[in-house]
Amino acid sequence: MDEPKFLLVLGGGSDIGRACALRFAQAGWRVTLAGRDLAPLKREAEDIATRTGVAITTSFIDILDTPSFAAFETGLGGLPDAIVCVVGLLGDARRAETDPAHASLVMRSNFEGPALLLGQFAEGFAERGEGVIVGVSSVAGDRGRASNYVYGAAKAGLTAFLSGLRNRFGKTKIRVVTVKPGFVRTKMTAGMKLPPPLTAEPQEVAEAIYRASAVKPRDVIYVKPVWRLIMTIIGSIPEPIFKRLKL
Amino acid sequence: MELTGWGRFPRFETRLYEPSSPEAAARLQPLLSGFAPRGNGRAYGDAAIGVTASILSRGLGRFRHFDPAERRLTVESGVLLSEIIDAFLPRGFFPPVVPGTQFVSVGGMIASDIHGKNHHGAGGFGDHVDAFELALPGGEIRICSPGQNADLFKATIGGMGLTGTILSASFKLIPVESALIAQETIVAQNLDEAIAALSAHEDWPYSAAWIDCLASGAALGRSLIYLGRHAKAADIAAIDPHRRPAGKKRPLGVPIDLPGFTLNRLSVAAFNELYFRKGASAAGKPFLNGIGSFFFPLDGVLNWNRIYGRRGFLQHQCVIGTDAAAGAIAEILGRFAKRGNASFLAVLKKLGPAGRGYLSFPKPGFTLALDLAMDRGVFEFLDEIDDIVVAAGGRIYLAKDARQSRATFEAGYPELDRFREIRREIGAERAVASRLSDRLGI
Ligand SMILES: Cc1cc2nc3c(=O)[nH]c(=O)nc-3n(C[C@H](O)[C@H](O)[C@H](O)COP(=O)(O)OP(=O)(O)OC[C@H]3O[C@@H](n4cnc5c(N)ncnc54)[C@H](O)[C@@H]3O)c2cc1C
Ligand SMILES: NC(=O)c1ccc[n+]([C@@H]2O[C@H](COP(=O)([O-])OP(=O)(O)OC[C@H]3O[C@@H](n4cnc5c(N)ncnc54)[C@H](OP(=O)(O)O)[C@@H]3O)[C@@H](O)[C@H]2O)c1
Repeated sequence: MDEPKFLLVLGGGSDIGRACALRFAQAGWRVTLAGRDLAPLKREAEDIATRTGVAITTSFIDILDTPSFAAFETGLGGLPDAIVCVVGLLGDARRAETDPAHASLVMRSNFEGPALLLGQFAEGFAERGEGVIVGVSSVAGDRGRASNYVYGAAKAGLTAFLSGLRNRFGKTKIRVVTVKPGFVRTKMTAGMKLPPPLTAEPQEVAEAIYRASAVKPRDVIYVKPVWRLIMTIIGSIPEPIFKRLKL
Repeated sequence: MELTGWGRFPRFETRLYEPSSPEAAARLQPLLSGFAPRGNGRAYGDAAIGVTASILSRGLGRFRHFDPAERRLTVESGVLLSEIIDAFLPRGFFPPVVPGTQFVSVGGMIASDIHGKNHHGAGGFGDHVDAFELALPGGEIRICSPGQNADLFKATIGGMGLTGTILSASFKLIPVESALIAQETIVAQNLDEAIAALSAHEDWPYSAAWIDCLASGAALGRSLIYLGRHAKAADIAAIDPHRRPAGKKRPLGVPIDLPGFTLNRLSVAAFNELYFRKGASAAGKPFLNGIGSFFFPLDGVLNWNRIYGRRGFLQHQCVIGTDAAAGAIAEILGRFAKRGNASFLAVLKKLGPAGRGYLSFPKPGFTLALDLAMDRGVFEFLDEIDDIVVAAGGRIYLAKDARQSRATFEAGYPELDRFREIRREIGAERAVASRLSDRLGI
């Protein structure tokens, strides 16, 4: 039998990260869950390993600690075949308007950290000539809105970064997938009132990511297709009107 | 929020907590008074509704470890049986005991010491539990097994959540060669034949009788006896591939409450007649069946409990010791047939040795379960049925109960005093209280 493929999940303790790891493991991939809190990561790793019989390991990463990235990669003991980056921070939108430290944290957690780390792995993939990079961004990055523009701007940065990478590797076997999940029922959104037709379960996001990376290659995925329509409409509203809307 | 059991009666307000890990559940308990654990809400009545608060185990949903040499699986208590089957049946392992639905949690299976179609040979789920972690009401975590905290072990198996939250558990899976059941159906023309057939076929690991409740007179207890065993590779090789059961089907759903009048005597009679005919025509011919349709026929219809409408329904399940069984069950069935109550079907099953727990339901004899719609006089009617059960030395299953009296309960569970004593010792008396324990004075 072939060596199992190797998936790295950045943000493996999140509901979406955990669901992705399980989905890939069910297809026989070995997985490393990376995150900044190892105890809960170990719990997820044991869960997935027991369910699937596949080897799951954990690794420490703080996405804000950019100098540690090189050592992190070495510590993995091999270049992954695919990376799914789920790391992100919603933050407190009101606070981010007035507290530069908080705004900076949101920007760095959603953009700078993920972009730098994925960029580093992209160099390894370029050398090998193969690899899949999946970045979980957000529809919030498609157009800045009053309700959460700091988070949105950071996600817009990530979306543009991923799009750039994709373009750079467009003629190679390296693939870059941007995921804009819409609303997802996770710890991040616990307690929020989410409209059911627009809200995906973490398992649906994982299935979409698995398909886009391992079954039928896709560049940009909205998990619930209706979101593509919604964002097209939102994107097409002329700015003079848009700026007066409450969205 | 308002909670009910699977029968959607009774309804009670309770605060619902959803801890995300075993440690969080243990930390939560000392902050609450009058709480009860809740698994997947498949108990029919009021067992999984806390008097003031209910602790949902869904967040305790992780698998921990599988030891293939010992076939021992360790999981958190909120893991569902369906998840275990999904993960392990393809690898050739099956849970040692399964109830009539796969949508139950491991914690719920232990707390009710559930029995399956193999009870006569395999015992209850509790008989297969090697150990579990229990959070005492004050939050201390105790490992319980036959050799460690043995009293707590016996109080918690079948203890209906009243000793605190089970956090995780270890139990052994059984090896199977296929995902299919080799099945045979026997027709029994009356109750005596049914009882005789269940006893005569104890060599089959799985057996149960589906009784047509509306048959009366000489046909009282007319039933189909389903016998099953895990199919071996050779059984499957022997069968025409076109006749093998199909894989997973999407369950049909009952999305909205049907009005209460859908189920009248006529429609049920027609259904029972059809069910019996369909089964009888296949009788005597061995065939292969899917795990799902053999063990969990009702899981194919999601939310089937809604067909009784918003008023909900009751299930009555008793066990009667072997010697008194034929007489008492004939009397019970006779009353049901006379009343023409809207029971789809009744299930009759032979039980083996008594469970390990102080409040375990199973004991040697026969158990009968029926569903009843919420019509006028149903409570008085069931009280009369309970009198028959008590007179015959039987008991009512707490996981199905929403209405038995304290006297019926106390008569049925002779080890109740020991159970209460343990509750006092661990400080659970007031701290852990479900609507069931409140109603029955446990
Ligand atoms: C269609 C159907 C068929 C069934 N067939 C059978 C059958 O064949 N045999 C049988 O024995 N039963 C059967 N049952 C009953 C069912 O197996 C039990 O009620 C079981 O306990 C339900 O598990 P649950 O996870 O839904 O628990 P719940 O209904 O949520 O809770 C049941 C009890 O367990 C306690 N509990 C739940 N989780 C924990 C925990 N983590 N720690 C401590 N206590 C806990 C609760 O406090 C409550 O007292 C059936 C039920 C249905 C709906
Ligand atoms: N839920 C939604 O509706 C929704 C919608 C669109 C997009 N998204 C995006 O989907 C992704 C996952 O979201 P989620 O809903 O699953 O929320 P989540 O549980 O908060 O996931 C965020 C993950 O990022 C990790 N993380 C944050 N800061 C980190 C740091 N400095 N170092 C390492 N890891 C860090 C978190 O780890 P800790 O557990 O240690 O905090 C967590 O695993 C996020 O990128 C989010 O922006 C979510």
